[in-house]
Amino acid sequence: MKSIIRRIGERYRYSMVVFKELVKTDFRLRYQGSFLGMAWSVLKPLMLFAVMYVVFVRFLKFSDGTPTFPISLLCGTCLWSFFTEATSMGMRAIVDRGDLLRKVHFPNYIIVASTTMGSMISLGINLLVVIVFGFFAHAHYTWRVLLVPFSILQLYLLALGVTLLLGTLYVYFRDVAHIWDVVTQAMFYATPIIYPISMIAQRAPDFAWASKILMLNPSTQVIMDIRHNLLSPEYIPTVWSFVGNPLLCLIPYALSAVILVLGIVVFRKYSAKFAEVL
Amino acid sequence: MEVEAAMEAKDMEVQRDSSPVVLRVDHVAKSFRLPTEQATGLKMAFLNWTKGIKGYTEQRVLRDISFEVRQGDFFGVVGRNGSGKSTLLKIISQIYVPEEGTVEVKGKLVPFIELGVGFNPELTGRENVYLNGALLGFSRSEIDAMYDDIVEFAELDAFMDQKLKNYSSGMQVRLAFSVAIKAQGDILVLDEVLAVGDEAFQQKCDAFFKQVKEDPTKTVILVTHSMGAMKQYCNKAILIKDGEIVASGDPKTVADQYSLENAQSSNYFRTKDQGEFARPLGLNARVPKLKVTHEGDKFVDGSQPFEFSVEYEFTEDKPAYLGLILQDVRRGAQVYDVDSQTESKGIRVAGGHHVMRFSVPLDLVNNGEYRIFATMREGQTDDAAVPRSIAFTNDDNCCYFAVRSKDGAENGVLNVKAMHIDVLGLQD
Repeated sequence: MKSIIRRIGERYRYSMVVFKELVKTDFRLRYQGSFLGMAWSVLKPLMLFAVMYVVFVRFLKFSDGTPTFPISLLCGTCLWSFFTEATSMGMRAIVDRGDLLRKVHFPNYIIVASTTMGSMISLGINLLVVIVFGFFAHAHYTWRVLLVPFSILQLYLLALGVTLLLGTLYVYFRDVAHIWDVVTQAMFYATPIIYPISMIAQRAPDFAWASKILMLNPSTQVIMDIRHNLLSPEYIPTVWSFVGNPLLCLIPYALSAVILVLGIVVFRKYSAKFAEVL
Repeated sequence: MEVEAAMEAKDMEVQRDSSPVVLRVDHVAKSFRLPTEQATGLKMAFLNWTKGIKGYTEQRVLRDISFEVRQGDFFGVVGRNGSGKSTLLKIISQIYVPEEGTVEVKGKLVPFIELGVGFNPELTGRENVYLNGALLGFSRSEIDAMYDDIVEFAELDAFMDQKLKNYSSGMQVRLAFSVAIKAQGDILVLDEVLAVGDEAFQQKCDAFFKQVKEDPTKTVILVTHSMGAMKQYCNKAILIKDGEIVASGDPKTVADQYSLENAQSSNYFRTKDQGEFARPLGLNARVPKLKVTHEGDKFVDGSQPFEFSVEYEFTEDKPAYLGLILQDVRRGAQVYDVDSQTESKGIRVAGGHHVMRFSVPLDLVNNGEYRIFATMREGQTDDAAVPRSIAFTNDDNCCYFAVRSKDGAENGVLNVKAMHIDVLGLQD
């Protein structure tokens, strides 16, 4: 029994060593050769936010009628760019690191995990920016902030599950990259990031039921949870306040878990052959 | 003195035989799916699926490989290109999964397959050493401990903070090789690395290999084409051909077998695949059979004559002439040709199906790979100046053998007993 534990420990020690080193390398190389370097981690979402703020808040007058909408928009932008970046980069990671897989044996899920972790570091920096901005933008910090890490973990595991699935598919079918580009774009509009979810019922009362379905989408649920707990428990709805039926409310959480498990199972099944296929 | 050294070597052998098995390869087989058309797209996959086409062909690369490597062994793997060596190495290194059979590894295995595992041109030499080390399973502190050793062996002290893309290719290889061999692994797997670096570096590697050879705790598995290196370093070896082990054991025997394999494949008249009923090149309806076969061992030391037999079938009831040619395969020279002796036109043989035995003394030739091929001619008349050739043995039907004597030289066909050069003195 003891030796089994030691062997498992030994196995994960190796994984950790590789994981740390790959995350470091990825991060070092991410802004390699760029003038501002690390600062882009902060600048990019801010600039994206600026564009969206001008277009949607100033020109098109999107608002949920609360003062927290701009900061909620910034927060949503950061979370969404994490999701798209993690999934699209993670999807290609196995193929991009093919040279490694062909020359040395190591647990290859580490490649996916380290790439998504790189995006996670960016998200961490971005959320710090959001929190700082929140002080000037009517954010209301309560004890609920403590719940945010759990939601972030859910977001990471959801992204990881999707990435494991996509990464496996991408090894065999490169078409997946193009399909995923389109799907993320569709998901972007299906997730209330640039518009408040209340706007659907407001502008198209016949489709009020659709907004409830949108809430059951795991990416919406987790982003709304984070905004709710981090920025404003008063103004920002979550799946719990929006859908009502507690059993239905569990759907997005269950879906996240299913996607993660499915991703792990599929990846494990096919990963042994990656070195040969690449 | 020599006896003592031999005894010591024997002792070491015995010691090694009793040391634990660190790598066990048990009935390993592997085949690859080669896509017949580019099938890495959804469209092709779908089309193939609807048509019921598999979209790939299976190629069996390894058939049934079993061997054991004990701690302290310097284990050589040889084989011609495409024989499955590299696939075997990748299976040992657990990069590929075997289809059948198992591979058991005890201890930390450090593979050095192709050059520079995961080297990134945008990182500095130092960062690459740490990354490379991590991929081989060493933590930061462990690499800290071996870092100086690695840099010193690679002789790249001045360049460690330069980006790898600014290294010359030789420098990159040196660094990669140094990481692999200085890493404190238990089993080192090396694929085709002896051509690494310049001469000074080669000498360094040579010294290192010799030192490893003596070390009873280090195990090395070496894939190489250099027979010299194999004889020098290895204490056990296997020869792989078409995915099977065709020779194993003493590296000298394996190396010789490999040389002979290579000699046989440098062919001129090999039969093309013409179906079952086609006759080999050189044979025809009049002479459906002509084959030279060795009678004893294919490896001879030259002290005894080499014995061989010629089996022929000549369907006509008249005499023919058999020509026998001894050819040096490596150097390409025709050493001896019975046929060219004008007075005999070869050996007169009767028609029909017969086997004739011959022997040829070999005490006048040096070490090398030789082959004997036969020709058959008909003498039209006794005064015919040009006998007509009616058959000859192709590469599959001639007989290969190798001369390996202990004090035999490798250069030149003839040895000192046959030939020497007299010094006449200075001109002025």
